[in-house]
Amino acid sequence: MDPMPKIVGAVKTRTFKKGVHPTDYKAFTNAEKIEYPPLPDNVFIPLQQHIGEPGRPLVSPGDEVKTGQCVGRSDKYVSSPVHASVTGKVKAITTLPHPVGARAQMVHIQRTGEDEWDLLPVPEDWRTEPLENLRELVQEAGIVGLGGAAFPTHVKLSPPADKAIDAFILNGCECEPYLTADHRAMVELAEKILTGMGILMRVLGVEKGYIGIETNKPDAIEAMRACCTRIGLDVPVIPLQTKYPQGAEKMLIQAVLDRKVPAGGLPMDVGVIVNNVGTALAVTEAVTEGKSLVQRIVTVTGNGINTPKNVMARIGSPFSHLVDCCDGLKEETSQVFMGGPMMGIAQFDLAVPVIKATSGIICTTDSISEKGKTLPCIRCGSCISACSMNLLPTRLARLTEMKQLEAAGELGIDHCIECGSCAFVCPSQIPLVQWIRVGKYRLSQLN
Amino acid sequence: MTEKDNRKDPSCNDREEAERKEASPPDPRLLIISSSPHQFGPGSVPKIMWSVVGALVPAAGMAVFYFGLRALWMIFVCILAAVATETLINRLRGVSLSIPDGSAVITGLLLALTLPPSFTFSGGALGAVFAIAIGKQVFGGLGYNIFNPALLGRAFLQASFPVQMTTWTLPNTARFGETDAVTAATPLGQFKFELLLTDHLDLLLGNVGGSLGETSAVAIIIGGLYLLLRKYADWRIPAGFLSTVFVLGGLFWLVSPNQYPDPVFHLLSGGLMLGAFFMATDMVTSPITPRGSWIFGVGAGLILIIIRLYGGLPEGVMYAILLMNAFTPLINRYTAPRPFGEEAA
Repeated sequence: MDPMPKIVGAVKTRTFKKGVHPTDYKAFTNAEKIEYPPLPDNVFIPLQQHIGEPGRPLVSPGDEVKTGQCVGRSDKYVSSPVHASVTGKVKAITTLPHPVGARAQMVHIQRTGEDEWDLLPVPEDWRTEPLENLRELVQEAGIVGLGGAAFPTHVKLSPPADKAIDAFILNGCECEPYLTADHRAMVELAEKILTGMGILMRVLGVEKGYIGIETNKPDAIEAMRACCTRIGLDVPVIPLQTKYPQGAEKMLIQAVLDRKVPAGGLPMDVGVIVNNVGTALAVTEAVTEGKSLVQRIVTVTGNGINTPKNVMARIGSPFSHLVDCCDGLKEETSQVFMGGPMMGIAQFDLAVPVIKATSGIICTTDSISEKGKTLPCIRCGSCISACSMNLLPTRLARLTEMKQLEAAGELGIDHCIECGSCAFVCPSQIPLVQWIRVGKYRLSQLN
Repeated sequence: MTEKDNRKDPSCNDREEAERKEASPPDPRLLIISSSPHQFGPGSVPKIMWSVVGALVPAAGMAVFYFGLRALWMIFVCILAAVATETLINRLRGVSLSIPDGSAVITGLLLALTLPPSFTFSGGALGAVFAIAIGKQVFGGLGYNIFNPALLGRAFLQASFPVQMTTWTLPNTARFGETDAVTAATPLGQFKFELLLTDHLDLLLGNVGGSLGETSAVAIIIGGLYLLLRKYADWRIPAGFLSTVFVLGGLFWLVSPNQYPDPVFHLLSGGLMLGAFFMATDMVTSPITPRGSWIFGVGAGLILIIIRLYGGLPEGVMYAILLMNAFTPLINRYTAPRPFGEEAA
């Protein structure tokens, strides 16, 4: 599972240890330009789209709202405000199915016309603006990590004083199969992304920046390099071996800087902050245009959709709206998930809204029910060779099954990043990462 | 992302949801829900097992070439007995049939290849029944056994029929017919008891006395390399096993070349090649950790040299591997890798 590094030019491409090589299926959309579909007639803005406290609604049914107007927020620091993504009228504040599971409170807005923007006050020049203002702007704009975790970006931009940050990595790996949102953004919107990177680096006071991109996106590597030269930004674009989970923070840091984030630690413990290219794009739009995070690029793809596309989708658009913009599902489509196939969440209802973390909507005609039945573990060790966190997935799953949670804890079950590589490689089709998730949850309930 | 439990919220009413559905009518189809990952690699247990069977074809072919059609019949009888036993026990346990996973076929085939050419068919069948019933199914079937079932079956036959299990015939003499076979010692036996060294080329090709599928080192290496390339066997195990035998055997030989055989002879003779590539690498009974695989291979090599040079028997591959099988849980326990980022701490 750890083959020789591929050679690009004369240089070995960097990578992390272990990991897996899923078929990437990116050809569906990696040459499709980002499209701007018609605005949805109704949007449903969940009050929680991020890690941390959910917001409280700031509007009531009947209120008129403008695009970019804040409709929900919390007083807590680790939280992020949410904004109206269309101009219209608040129809209701209600509890509806949320794409990450269960139900959640959402603001239902009925669109009444074209966009009227409620813009944030933008600085004259972000290069001279006080850092505190920029940080606040990022917070007000509701920016969270758009790679999938949705951690509030302003928190990441405020490392404790005792953590000296000396490097910034822009994450352009997009290691999940199918997804091409970041890829297309780098090809088409390189300058905006690099501006965002500049803003983030300035806020953090970091001199050294790096851009990590997997080698399966040669045009993105080329575009970002060309743009760096054009605007005179001195940051190296580092081609990384195409391997999953290359985009996981700890793996990316190991590949780019050869630093190891301590177990249970954060990137800032080794002086690094990582941000996704989508996040950098959102930062630019907030700081230079005053636009809150009301839209993001979503890859609508898979063999189950009629016309796979990359679309600039408004947050809160029902999945069904985007599916319709891509000419609908095929007859035999049996699964739809949000995010990539390795960590994405299966959906049963296409009325759920796009949230800030929706990097893709993948529609497939295959289903796991067609996979062979689960066989006993034959102790082949494939999961161990795949686990980039150096864990023993088969043992952890077994211990969870046997309810020996303390033993699983001692073996480091909490360090699992739930990338799914173990279940991906298991020849016995054992739901390894699924058991580990259960184990982590049960262990947290014990403590 | 953490999700607040909203079920206690009474505002989760049907009217709202009906209105929303009206606003964006849902697709009426039923979608399948599963927990990620939703994409899977190409590996499967049957693929691994049937590849092992395929990788044993060259060795089985050489067995038939050197020892005649009787070898083919022996292979057939052992596989049949193994499959029949597995089926019967599946039925008794009320579990689904496990023949398609291919593991029972491997056990029967491997057992046949370790038997002397003139061994009785009924004895072979008995060994296969023992291998499956006591070596595997008693523990719970595939994945749960501690010892390599084929080797356990062979150990049972060795204990039950010590004379027949050490009566060897020379190749070619019995080809394509059951004419009288010429009894002869194996190269290891000749060395142990007569200090006779066999030609290396004959050892490599397999033109020597020995178990059906063990004589031709080259056929086994071809199959073994295929398994290593497909990653269906951990390369560390044969690497550790063979290099330990080579180095240790070489040391003894350097010290006293008249008393001890040369290291290449060690490598090519007896059941070492078959054992190192096909028995020691049995996934179920070997360690799951990379470091553990090294320990397993080196340990088996050590035990083998001790048995070959100091034991009462000329050959010890079977016991070397079975003993290391017993150590496997312990090895696994002490070679668990440290989680990422904890190694340095």
